[in-house]
This record gives sequence, structure tokens and C-alpha cells, in this order.
Amino acid sequence: MFIMAKAIAKKKITTAKSTTVKKVETKAKNITVKLSFDTLHYAPAPESKSSAKIDAQYNLFINGKFVKSQSGQYYDTINPATEEKITSVAEGNAKDVDIAVKAARKAYEGVWGKMPAKERSKYIYRIARMIQERARELSIIETLDGGKPIRESRDVDVPLAANHFFYNAGWADKLSYAFPNKNPQPLGVAGQILPWNFPLLMAAWKIAPALATGNTVVLKPAKTTSLTALKLAEIIQEADLPPGVVNIITGNGSSMGMALVNHPDVNKIAFTGSTDVGKVIQKAIAGTDKKLTLELGGKGANIIFDDAAIDQAVEGIINGIFFNQGHVCCAGSRLFVQESVYPEVLRKLKDRIATLIVGDPLDKNTDIGAINSKQQLDTIQKYISIGKKEGAEIIESTCAMPKKGFFCRPTLFTNLAQSSRLVQEEIFGPVLTIQTFRTDDEVIEKANNTPFGLSAGVWTDKGSKVFNMTTKLRAGVVWANTFNKFDPTSPFGGYKESGFGREGGMHGLAAYLRV
Amino acid sequence: MIADKTIPDFRYTPTIDQVGVEERASRFTKRSIKAETKLNGLLLTLNMIDLTTLEGKDTDGKVKQLCYKAQHLHDAYPGLPTVAAVCVYPSMVSVAKKAVGDSGIKIASVATAFPSGQASLKVKIDDTKFAVNEGADEIDMVISRGKFLQGEYNYVFDEIATIKEACGTARLKVILETGELVTLDKVRRASDIAMYAGADFIKTSTGKISPAATMPVTLVMLEAIRDFYYKTGKMIAMKPAGGISKSKLALHYLVMLKETLGDAWMNNEWFRFGASSLANDVLMQLEKERTGVYQSSNYFSID
Repeated sequence: MFIMAKAIAKKKITTAKSTTVKKVETKAKNITVKLSFDTLHYAPAPESKSSAKIDAQYNLFINGKFVKSQSGQYYDTINPATEEKITSVAEGNAKDVDIAVKAARKAYEGVWGKMPAKERSKYIYRIARMIQERARELSIIETLDGGKPIRESRDVDVPLAANHFFYNAGWADKLSYAFPNKNPQPLGVAGQILPWNFPLLMAAWKIAPALATGNTVVLKPAKTTSLTALKLAEIIQEADLPPGVVNIITGNGSSMGMALVNHPDVNKIAFTGSTDVGKVIQKAIAGTDKKLTLELGGKGANIIFDDAAIDQAVEGIINGIFFNQGHVCCAGSRLFVQESVYPEVLRKLKDRIATLIVGDPLDKNTDIGAINSKQQLDTIQKYISIGKKEGAEIIESTCAMPKKGFFCRPTLFTNLAQSSRLVQEEIFGPVLTIQTFRTDDEVIEKANNTPFGLSAGVWTDKGSKVFNMTTKLRAGVVWANTFNKFDPTSPFGGYKESGFGREGGMHGLAAYLRV
Repeated sequence: MIADKTIPDFRYTPTIDQVGVEERASRFTKRSIKAETKLNGLLLTLNMIDLTTLEGKDTDGKVKQLCYKAQHLHDAYPGLPTVAAVCVYPSMVSVAKKAVGDSGIKIASVATAFPSGQASLKVKIDDTKFAVNEGADEIDMVISRGKFLQGEYNYVFDEIATIKEACGTARLKVILETGELVTLDKVRRASDIAMYAGADFIKTSTGKISPAATMPVTLVMLEAIRDFYYKTGKMIAMKPAGGISKSKLALHYLVMLKETLGDAWMNNEWFRFGASSLANDVLMQLEKERTGVYQSSNYFSID
């Protein structure tokens, strides 16, 4: 009877259109039915775009209103996964910067600077709640505009952005407790310049503490990823924040960013981005009384000792370098493995990258999305060919790749010298360099042998070793037995060419206060 | 690959970081399983089930019914696979063996003073031999958790090796009863001991203790299997048991299996679900996929 049923089934299955069920092989007596779950990848599971409302055109947000730029020009913002245009965004210039700064100054003098702190915090809480309410929309737009997998924008970027507003809202009326006997006072107008890797999160990271401490803001998102900041502007408008308290202006980084930095009526500059630009900014404001925080590049060392929980360490390495396609300033891009476990770690890394799915960022199963721009993809590929030329051994995953868009396979490099350019320079992509070490002292020396000092990771089962390493590694953040963990309560920032000043936690508030 | 046949010192099994394991396990649940992958997964799940009845009140009639169901899960849906095996107490093995006939469904029997394992070695050997002689294809033994927790790893190792010998050609599943081992470090250690002592399967739980199978525990065991395979070249099968009653969870387990051990393990020779209520939930989902609507539980036979 069973066999008969099977015969019917075969017929059914071959006639059914929507299914590609593998034929059920009957091995004489059923039992080991060879059913294939899936051989290469899972069936597509794309997030629907319908809940994201995107206008045909976006203007500058100045003084509580969306206004056309002085130039009247627009630029296209594209989806890096498809290379298709999403919408156009106003191209601002130095005149717009001036208008925005004036609006911010007026709001600071007139309303925001005088407002009781308790009232201020109500607005910030409101923004936090509205981000949560519109989380789905924000994560879809973040993914469309920037190329990061929807899993990450949904589970990391957007919830964390809301958390930064919640956390800082709580501090607004407690600043005198955070800084006792210091009479903390706001600075005035803060000019904030964002990178393209975490557009909404960085906006939240910068706006929330500025507002909580009583400053007003002129924010310039990165040119390729302005949409979620503009969506945040909509939220701010709906939240009824007094006009001019937050102004969001879009356009070219070099011209507008520098206009903001050089504007005489700006009291504070907060910049996250490349070390080169950071140096230019620091030179520009030398001799002025502007306060400055810089959060720049990094080349994080991730160190695995032989007593570590290897499987979990490998998972941490993978997340440390492939999170957000490696477009993370604190990415663990240099791996140091203790010699005795090197073969095991390498084999497990190879196994793990074989299961990573590169593809449509909107697909919920995608692990690695699109590289943010053509320019960045070229940079990454340049480094990959340098690595090959330098004689390093390259290990790439063999996963299926989308035909259109900017994508890069997860890539490992072994057999590298400390002097290799791949080890020395920031690549900002899904490329991991792997080196070995024998002793603790050796690895500390190698890990610190870089112009950067943003992040590091230590993997060991031994608590005392964790403390020894964390005191000796010159990095702003050192994670132990985990990596890439962020929390609004925790300060974040760098040493050396990774910048100075801290964002997040009480330290992050201090950067916006006269104390 | 150079097969390393040396038996390691079980005091120094690899350490496990619980936070990391839980994070990794939850990552599998983020996979969104749709369309044909879902359908394939559901059919595969049915085919991996060890349909189980382990009650003091089991009767011949109950076991016969279960064996019929094992072969005819839901005849209204043509072309369904059978389950992998029927799992019963030793006293029910002969009844079950007869009832499944030549369908190819395996008969698994718990043995070794299941579920506590608190009996003399002689009793355990006899229990095992009885089940095998009655016709069991697979033996599900329990380890001596008390001895294990005391640090008597050699005792546990020898006991498993002895039972394996008593099994003859029957495949041996070694139940670690992870709910009583508590830490993941101990789960890993017990997995290593069982595999080196000759287990064909390692299995999480008896189903009589809570918590039974969880994804983090299963992940640790799958990783132990992978390490063992790389060391010795020998494949070991895995059976999470207890607590998996919903299709969605079963699909998460399949994702975990696929991404940890790969396609070679994706069949019922190398992976089983020990479950009694999972089958009906899968059937309900399959009917939903086929017809577009959910049917009430009354449309699916309980035994």
C-alpha cells in the first residue's frame, strides 16, 4: 500500500508546478529516503519593500522644514545591490551649511538651551519610541540604501539606534549627577559628520547625546547613504522638536563637510570617518576654540590562544570581520592564532565561510550583503590583488554570487608578514589576514604594531590572561571572548590614529559639555 | 587525512563558551525557511523521526497502533515518507518488530535500566541482549550520570564499550541526559567519551528529565561529532530527543545540522528526532502548504 501511495506521489510531484521537491527514491523498502533539504542555498526569503515609503525626491531639513537646496540640484542615490536608482537627494553647498548653522544657533539661544532638562528628555524619548515604531521601515531603507543585510539592520542598527536615544534621554535631567560639582553646560551648536557604514546608528549615536546635553545640531550624513538620516528628520519633525534644534543637510563630503568644520559659529565638531579626513579636520580647527572628537579608522587584532573555546572563537572571528561586509571601523581584521591550534582554527574558519551566504541584502538569509559603493569595491579588490602579489595564500568562499551589484566573497589571507600592506592598512571589506604567534609578549607587540588603536579581541578560557592582555593592548575597546558588541552605556573610541574622544556612556555626554 | 586513533585524556576535552554557543544557536533560528526548502525540510523531518512510546502503561495494542502510524502517517496526503524508527521498551520489541514487518522501519529499544541507568552492569548487559534478541535494530542506552559527575570517566567509557559489544550488529545510541549534566563543558566531555567508546549515535535526552534537547546542547554535540570525524574519519549520528514538538523548531535543527555537519548528515541514517508529537505538527504544516489552509488537529490521528 505504501509503495502505491509513493507511485501516486511521484506523479503528483512532477506535475506540481510550484515545487521542486527532489524525487523520493524508493530503496526497495523505503527507509533511507534521500530527501534533499537544500543543496546549495535556501529558497529566497526576501523582506517586502512595501512597508518602506520612499519619496521621489528628498530635500534638506533645516529649521524644522524640508527645503530645497540653494543650488536647486539633486543627486541620485543608488542601491548598491542592484545598481538601480532609489531616489534623488538635494545637493547642498556652503550656503546651505550657513543657513543650517544659523537656524541651529537661533534654536539654541531661543529655545533649546533654555528649556528645562526634563522637557528636553521628553522629546528625546519620543524620538526613541518613534524609531521603534518605524523600525521595519527604517531597516528596509537602511538595507536598500547601504547594502547591509536586512538581518543586521533589523537586529542591530535600528534597535541600537533607538537605544541610544532612550539611554541619553535618561541622562538629560541628571547631568549634574553625572558630573558632580562641575556645573555642566552645553557647548552650543554641534556640527556632526557621519560615515557611510552605519548611517542611522551613527546619526543616533551623535544626535542623542548632543540633544540630551542641550546642544543643537547640524548633521551631515554620508553622500551615498543619506536616506535613513532623512527618515530620521521626518521622525524629528513628527516628534515636534522645536525648529532648528536638529538640521540635516545632504551633499558632498569635502565641500559641505569642510564648510561645516570651518563655520565660525559652530562650537563642536564630531566626525566619524577616515583617518585622512580626520587629519584635515584637526588641522582646520587648530587655533579655534571648537571642541573636537574624531572616530577614525582601525585595524583590530583578534587574538586566539590555544586554551580558548575554539568553536565559539571561530564564530567570533567570523562576526568580527564579516559583520556589515567588514565595513566596520572596529572590525577584527587581523587574526592572530597561537601556533598549536592554527591548523584547527584555519580548518574551522574554512568550514564556516563555506556556509556564509552572499547575496540580496533584503533576503533574510543573507549573511553578507553588498559592498557600499563601486569605489569601495575597487579599493577592496586592489588590496586582494596586492595580497596575491605579495605571495600571501588566499582562501575564498565558493558561494554563488549575484550577477549585478557590488559584491565581494568572504576572503581569508594566510602566510602573511607583519610588514605586508594587507596587515598594515585598513581594507574596510570582508578580508581577514591570519598570522600566527607563540608567546603572549610576541602577540602584544604585533597587535600594537599599527598606527591604529580602535579595537582588539582576546579569546582564552583563562581570566588572568584576559586581564593581562587587556591592560597591554593599546586599543579603545578590547573585547574578551566576544566581538563587535555595542551598547549605549559603553564608551567607544580610539587611540593613536583611530582618533580621540569617546562616544557613548557618560564619557560620550562629556564630549558635548563644558565641565 | 591522517586518522588519529589515540584515545584522548577526557579530563582535558575542549572548553565550551556558553554565551558563544547560545549566540550561534540563535543565529540558526534567524534563517527564514520558505517555499520548496520548507517543504523538503518538512518531509525530511518526518523521515528522521523516531516515533516513540516509553510509558509504563504501554500495551501491545498501543505499540501496534504506533507501528501502523509509523508506516501510514497520513494517508490522505499521498507520497509521504515513513518515519525512521519506532522506539519502545525492550518488552515491546517483538510486538513492534512484527507490526512493522518488512516496511524497513527500524525498531529501536531503550535499554540499560532506562531512564535512570541505576542498575548493575550485569542487569544492563542482559537488558541490552534481551532487546537485541527480540529483534531490536538499535539500542538507546543511558550513561551512568552519577559516575560521570564523580569524574569516573573510565567507568563510563568501559560501560559504553561493554554495551556496544552486547549490541552485536545493532546500532548503539548513547543517551547523555544533558539535563542532568547541566554545563556545556560536561556535555562536550560526555560526547567525546561516548564516541571514543564506540557509540554509533549520541543522543541528548531520555525525555524524562527537563530540560531535554535544546539547540545549544545539540550544537555542542554536533561540533563534537565534527571534531571526532576530522580526527578519526568516522561519522557519528546525532539524535536530539524530547522537547521538539513544533515543525518550525525542527527546521531550525535541520539548518543547524546542515551548517555544522553538512549534507552527508542530512538523512535518517545520521540524524534523528526523538519525538512523539512532532509528526502531527509537521503533517499539519504539510497540509497547510498543500491546501493553503490549516486543518484542525482532529484531522490527524493521535496514535
